[in-house]
Amino acid sequence: MTTGETALDFPYLSLALWLPLLVGLPVIVLARSRGAIALGALAASLVQAAIAILVTVRFDHNASGYQFVEAAEWIPALGISYKLGVDGVSILMVLLTGVLGPLVVGAAWLTIHKREREFFAALVVLQTAMLGVFVTLDFILFYVFWEMALIPMYLMIGVWGHERRIYATVKFFLYTFAGSVLMLVAILAIRLTTGTFDIEAIPAEMAGAPLVLQRWVFAAFFLAFAIKVPMFPFHTWLPDAHVEAPTAGSMVLAGVLLKMGAYGFLRFLLPMTPAAVDETRGLLVALSLAAIIYGALVALVQPDLKKLVAYSSVSHMGFVTLGIFTASQTGMDGAIIQMLSHGVISPALFFAVGVVYERAHTRRIDDLGGLAPRMPLYAAIFGFFMLASLGLPLLSGFVGEFLVLVGAFGYDTAVGVLAALGVILAAAYMLWMYQRVVLGRLRNQSLAAIPDANRLEIATFAGLGVLVVWVGIFPDTFVRLLGTATAGLAGQP
Amino acid sequence: MLNAPWIIPLLPLAAFAVNGLFGRRNPRWTGWVSTAAVVGSFAATVALWIASAGADQDESLLYRWVASGGFTIDIAFLTDALTIVMLLVVTGVSALVSLYAVGYMDHDANKPRFFTWIPLFVFSMIMLVISDNLLQLFVFWEMVGLCSYLLIGYWYDRDSANAAATKAFLVNRIGDFGFAIGIILAFLEFGTLRYREIFAGLGSADAGMVTAIACLLFVGAMGKSAQFPLHVWLPDAMEGPTPVSALIHAATMVTAGVYLVVRMNPLYTQAPEALLLVAAVGAFTAVLAATIALVQTDIKRVLAYSTVSQLGLMFLAAGAGAYTVAIFHLATHAFFKALLFLGSGSVIHALNDEQDMRRMGGLRRKLPVTYATFILGGLALAAVFPLAGFWSKDEVLAHVFLKAAADPGGALTADHGAGVFWLFYATGLTVSVLTAFYTFRMIVKTFHGAPRDAALHEHAHESPWVMTVPLIVLAAGAALSGAVLGIPPEHGVIHGYLEHAAGVLHLEGAGAAPTLILAVVSTVAALTGLLLALGAYGRGLPIPQRARALAPGAETLFRQKWYLDHLGDGFMVALTKAAAMLSWGFDAGVVDGIVNGVGKLSRFAGGQAGRIQTGQAQNYALLMVVGLVLTVGGLVLFR
Repeated sequence: MTTGETALDFPYLSLALWLPLLVGLPVIVLARSRGAIALGALAASLVQAAIAILVTVRFDHNASGYQFVEAAEWIPALGISYKLGVDGVSILMVLLTGVLGPLVVGAAWLTIHKREREFFAALVVLQTAMLGVFVTLDFILFYVFWEMALIPMYLMIGVWGHERRIYATVKFFLYTFAGSVLMLVAILAIRLTTGTFDIEAIPAEMAGAPLVLQRWVFAAFFLAFAIKVPMFPFHTWLPDAHVEAPTAGSMVLAGVLLKMGAYGFLRFLLPMTPAAVDETRGLLVALSLAAIIYGALVALVQPDLKKLVAYSSVSHMGFVTLGIFTASQTGMDGAIIQMLSHGVISPALFFAVGVVYERAHTRRIDDLGGLAPRMPLYAAIFGFFMLASLGLPLLSGFVGEFLVLVGAFGYDTAVGVLAALGVILAAAYMLWMYQRVVLGRLRNQSLAAIPDANRLEIATFAGLGVLVVWVGIFPDTFVRLLGTATAGLAGQP
Repeated sequence: MLNAPWIIPLLPLAAFAVNGLFGRRNPRWTGWVSTAAVVGSFAATVALWIASAGADQDESLLYRWVASGGFTIDIAFLTDALTIVMLLVVTGVSALVSLYAVGYMDHDANKPRFFTWIPLFVFSMIMLVISDNLLQLFVFWEMVGLCSYLLIGYWYDRDSANAAATKAFLVNRIGDFGFAIGIILAFLEFGTLRYREIFAGLGSADAGMVTAIACLLFVGAMGKSAQFPLHVWLPDAMEGPTPVSALIHAATMVTAGVYLVVRMNPLYTQAPEALLLVAAVGAFTAVLAATIALVQTDIKRVLAYSTVSQLGLMFLAAGAGAYTVAIFHLATHAFFKALLFLGSGSVIHALNDEQDMRRMGGLRRKLPVTYATFILGGLALAAVFPLAGFWSKDEVLAHVFLKAAADPGGALTADHGAGVFWLFYATGLTVSVLTAFYTFRMIVKTFHGAPRDAALHEHAHESPWVMTVPLIVLAAGAALSGAVLGIPPEHGVIHGYLEHAAGVLHLEGAGAAPTLILAVVSTVAALTGLLLALGAYGRGLPIPQRARALAPGAETLFRQKWYLDHLGDGFMVALTKAAAMLSWGFDAGVVDGIVNGVGKLSRFAGGQAGRIQTGQAQNYALLMVVGLVLTVGGLVLFR
């Protein structure tokens, strides 16, 4: 089936991109009160979430190729067009970005207490930019959205961050910007080779390109995306960025922004430079394994709760890249499900850290402990997401990781065994953390009267929890959407 | 409708939801909600059992869990004889323990939490044994592990309980690491994870791979069923409330490993080396745990090590190819060990949570019902004729003997390692002596002699009916279940029934006379241990002193649990932490050091190149364009 057959007259994707800005920005700019600003952002994100869910529901999992395609000329002189569409690789990222939006607004309402107008404006712009990354089919447009997502996040850390925010911001910006510049070079090189910016058309055109060019393009793309994921050893910006970012910023960063890197691997690296990927597969798999085990080991001994969650992200994203680079359909399905799952669980964990930070003003594990009797609801909720993160079956983390493991064993038994070690370590750092933070006796008497999670906090957690349970119990609802795309990527008919 | 299997897991699931959502508002009712649901489950199981009489098996699909590139998993029910036996044990014991817990947990402020996790456990355990494929089994295998974790750590203000809970989860994760690898390799070898399809594919499977899969699945069983060296979590798990110890850590969850091996028996039969491993680990664990049980002073820890030991015997039976016998012993053990744990709970309840036997003594007059039932449970555990444990354990030993004695070249020794089964038989007899000894040491120290703590003794009282009724029912089971299920030996109800189960092998006995002699031998072994214990602790004969003189150092070894906890908690944990600290140092020093170094270097270079910085935007733009052109040009030239 070719593009266009499933295209609908209704421009769902354009609406999802621009309607939130139209709805949200004027309200945010003009509103007089904090509440009105937040409501404007909430309305914008709800619009986006609704369209994202609608698109997911109406997505035809039997059709191959892109759906909901919209194409229009933009800068014809340069061959740049406004082209949008989704397929199995992007549909769940669209869903994730949409669903996360209102929940992050909720978290921001609870945790941002200065310059709210600017923060919510940045958040709404960021939401559009991230969604744009996942739905564009034109390379220049993609690059625009990619950069557009970088700036609000840069501001969020730099303006609303904690003590060392400037260091973290500069590191984050330089690191990811270096990747972006390399990516732009690769995009231009592809354009010179294939004569097009059309993402849909490029893979076929690149098939005839010389291997040397493929290698250069691969190197540039790889660095850009590996930094974003982040893969070992390009990950050190992440813990700093997370620790300094405000809670809502961490949630977006871990939830969606990291997925842009993995998405880049799936959308560009695999189909456009297949030969170069083949050549380096061993290294790519090794780096993924290193991220899984090394990230988990470092997480084990972090004294700062947020750093622990950040390093656990490195480990869990290692499963994503492992699934992508072991290149079986099952592994890639697992990678995408893991992207969705991590995109919900890690924001929940960062939010859980934020809830305590708002009350106790500390993130140090040693300063906490014995919260359970004082905050029973919070303890239960945190426990739930802790278990989801360590891959408990019937919750979402298990599905992605197990499918990735199936793919990894199909690739090489030793690789599978090493990756599976990460699952033991995940249980170790999570349970040990939970034991020291939530269980046990109260160590810090100033926390004796700490209030339990309030209704809005519970509602935010619940929104995240729904997906965790749904993916865990009925994974086929989501996995079936991926089949035609991942089968193609895995080279199966 | 009556034989619809879905109602069996549905009832406890509903109880979980009701107690989880509304329990905090109506704490008093939570225990009854849980009990009613589990009793309903038991009734539905009985109905299913009756309705399915004569039917070979029944499968029903619930829904497709996942389908991804050939990896297709359904959530489905398989109800054959083996499942139904397991369901009867699970729901039956669960119903009694839930009822008992209504009394035991009566004064606990957080009991809604307790009665939320209990039905969740029962649901998960049902889903585990009713599964028709390995992945669904694994999913609920981990879920029962979760319930175990939550209930061991039920009193979460106790550091020891939290540590025990984390330890249990982590040790099980190590087992599940092997289990998961086994499952994935099975999928890659057979292209399916459904039992029936795996068995059908055995004929054309690679022998080495089958052995590897069988061994890896057994690693999972070693974790869940607390076999050496993964047994270390179970004694610590006694930190949980006693009904939990009885239900999860004695009668049901810990037997899941035995169930797994028996369920997969066609696979194991094809993998004699794996079977040998199962038997060897079982035999060693049985004697290891029995020796540690000899020197415990905490009543629950005696029972915990006893459970580890008895599970070892079940694996020994399975390893000898006597799968039916393993399940037979699993069933009788569920009765008498649940009884003993609940009895110990009744004692602990009466003594204000005192578990140390050194502060007990003379309780038989204060707790007559508990005492009488405990004696029956103890006799059953010691395998004294004609109680339940006698019939099943005698068969375990008989089959190990038969396996050892089988003629070379005969049907039994087509596989390997028959010779070593003599050693296993001797081990089994030793375990019989030790079992009877530690059991009656415990009984005498708890119920006989003079009270060692007058104040505690003074306030001791018999438990309420909700606790004694389950004791009496279980005592009946402990006394009679062996005879009802297992007479005549080899051809009892359970043997005939399980022959319906998929491929369960039935080892032909060696005739009545040798069987009788073997029964006499094992009875003598049990009575020896029993009399030695009565002599040592009842009459004050210097038997322990003699033993100490005979084997100096042995007591220390047993008290130190053969130093195995040091190996795990100490060495392994320290090693992992060292690796973690090293990684963290590497990350901060080297990986991030390089990043920051590059940053500093470029700042330095930037300073040198500062002359280019004119502050004019068009100059920067020009530089960027030049750079881009050079790079792209280079790319194009090098193509």
